[in-house]
Amino acid sequence: MATMTTPAVTTTVDLSVQSVRDLNSALHKAREGSWHVTRPDGAHNLAVGLDAPLDVRIDGHAGYYCAGMNQHATVTVHGNTGVGTAENMMSGTVRVRGNASQSAGATAHGGLLVVEGDAAARCGISMKGVDIVVGGSVGHMSAFMGQAGRLLVCGDAGDALGDSLYEARIYVRGRVKSLGADCVEKEMRGEHLEDVRELLTAAAFTDIDPSEFRRYGSARALYHFDVDNSSAY
Amino acid sequence: MYDDPSARGLRESATFDRATIHAIQRAAETGVYDIRGWGAKRRLPHFDDLLFLGASMSRYPLEGYRERCGTDVVLGDRHATFPLHLDTPVTIAGMSFGALSGRAKEALGRGASDAGTSTTTGDGGMTPEERGQSKHLVYQYLPSRYGMNPDDLRKADAIEVVLGQGAKPGGGGMLLGQKITERVAGMRTLPVGVDQRSACRHPDWTGPDDLEIKIRELREITDWEKPVYVKIGATRTYYDVKLAAKAGADVIVVDGMQGGTAATQDVFIEHVGIPTLAALPQAVRALQEEGLHRKVQLIVSGGIRSGADVAKCMALGADAVAIGTAALIALGDNHPKWEAEYRELGSAAGYYDDFQAGRDPAGISTQDEELAARLDPVEGGRRLANYLRVMTMEAQTIARACGKAHLHHLEPEDLVALTIEASAMARVPLAGTDWIPGAGR
Ligand SMILES: Cc1cc2nc3c(=O)[nH]c(=O)nc-3n(C[C@H](O)[C@H](O)[C@H](O)COP(=O)(O)O)c2cc1C
Repeated sequence: MATMTTPAVTTTVDLSVQSVRDLNSALHKAREGSWHVTRPDGAHNLAVGLDAPLDVRIDGHAGYYCAGMNQHATVTVHGNTGVGTAENMMSGTVRVRGNASQSAGATAHGGLLVVEGDAAARCGISMKGVDIVVGGSVGHMSAFMGQAGRLLVCGDAGDALGDSLYEARIYVRGRVKSLGADCVEKEMRGEHLEDVRELLTAAAFTDIDPSEFRRYGSARALYHFDVDNSSAY
Repeated sequence: MYDDPSARGLRESATFDRATIHAIQRAAETGVYDIRGWGAKRRLPHFDDLLFLGASMSRYPLEGYRERCGTDVVLGDRHATFPLHLDTPVTIAGMSFGALSGRAKEALGRGASDAGTSTTTGDGGMTPEERGQSKHLVYQYLPSRYGMNPDDLRKADAIEVVLGQGAKPGGGGMLLGQKITERVAGMRTLPVGVDQRSACRHPDWTGPDDLEIKIRELREITDWEKPVYVKIGATRTYYDVKLAAKAGADVIVVDGMQGGTAATQDVFIEHVGIPTLAALPQAVRALQEEGLHRKVQLIVSGGIRSGADVAKCMALGADAVAIGTAALIALGDNHPKWEAEYRELGSAAGYYDDFQAGRDPAGISTQDEELAARLDPVEGGRRLANYLRVMTMEAQTIARACGKAHLHHLEPEDLVALTIEASAMARVPLAGTDWIPGAGR
């Protein structure tokens, strides 16, 4: 029988002393517990491939692929993150207190990614079921080829939002610089207001009014090859 | 039966031959480009243009069937705790479930495992059929990331980061609506029946510096256990191989322009990329210059058909080869017994390349359950294993004749070229001369 560790126990990993390999290896072996990562100094691949309901707090900036392929864990970064934050996440929660670089939440299948600041270009690229909530704005080509899931942006969106979109749903509160190929604005109905409310609650952005968001989705005009669409391919 | 117009003195244009005329007529009628499967069909400088110099007075041959000639290969021992140990250097290339039926994937796994080699997933995720039947399974990590998940990553024996394919370097995958059934759509998170265009660029990295970090991420997730391959379509092979090695690949897969595909524009297949024969020596030179030849293993694919092709690849410096089209033929693709049905589809046995259409009479490149049921995975696996054994024995036959106790002992010195093109590309002398065009002699 495994011995129960009390949830109050927090393991600290100081990355100025220990390596990223030490950290990930320990996290892969753990089945539960709280972890505190200090002095990350922008290191790449922090807390990747987690597969248990761990609670990981990273104090400082993280590099590329922070919390990549996360399953079940809650990872909070008290700083900014590099490219591909929570890429291909399956479940769990990743929260970035600062800003996230390009391709945040890329191809993620599930779970919740919250970026409290801004997310750069290609936020939610090829998303496959994840929920992404961005407190600030997102850069160009966000939700490019988004297949499923929801992207909620409390600020503005850059150029070519939702280009070549499949079935992902996009909600934006601010200005959309331009829509990508086959992405159109759609009517906000009750179920969509409910979506927005749910996402804001999950992200704990409680002071924002859901009715201020607009909805964007696929016109589904590029789902089948058609000679008349050749300029859009 | 057929009237032969040339017998009446009529002359076919070499520039506008019948296939070209047909392509123009087809384009004019439909207004869409031709999408098809298979690889380049044009004639290219290839391994047929090389010959071995068997041993005689100045070299001793080995006794066939008596003196040992090793064929095993270890792939991925640069960084991985568990490299792949294969009995033969002939591996099965990545072909997606979606492009192929679940039963075809299972047959590939059975055949490969029986022959002691690896098989590879494809642009559509890992199926239980192939995982279950494959002793060594390479899991592809593609731009689309369809079905990509860490559980399957951990189940894999190696990970292959795909940058491109020889049939379409610079292009993404394609799967037409008729093959996006409920199961395929579910695995790819797509609406049923869409004409799927997969991305051609990875969503979260660009360039070799990013790739280095990406490879480390994959290693971290899998605790440095699994070899990481990088697959590239042959174009600027010398530079691409150097960059892939620098990015930390354990194994590099170079796929020449003859390489097969399930669905690509004909214009792309025939006009982008360089022949396998031209790419292989460039890849070897790149690794040698980095001091990584044989440390980072090189797998070559694109038009590999026989043990002779295998032996020639080994002699030019490859560690292993991969086969796609030939494996499908071994399963039963293009078999004459389906001739009548091929004709109904406007094709013929030996010509059928409409893998994109999903109506494959042999039941291989289809998602139609009735058609797929025509392929018995056990029988298909047996045929593939036979074919893999024949290729391996053929390669051994040649290696022994060249006096080599292992396929990896074959060397460029054992080869000559039949044509000036092949000589220049392979950097081996034109037969009967000591001349290599461009080598400064
Ligand atoms: C039906 C079919 C499907 C393929 N699917 C993929 C794929 O999903 N991913 C990939 O990297 N290559 C794919 N390929 C290319 C093969 O992996 C391999 O590079 C090629 O077939 C080798 O050339 P050959 O067919 O001449 O042996 C596919 C090829 C075929 C014939």
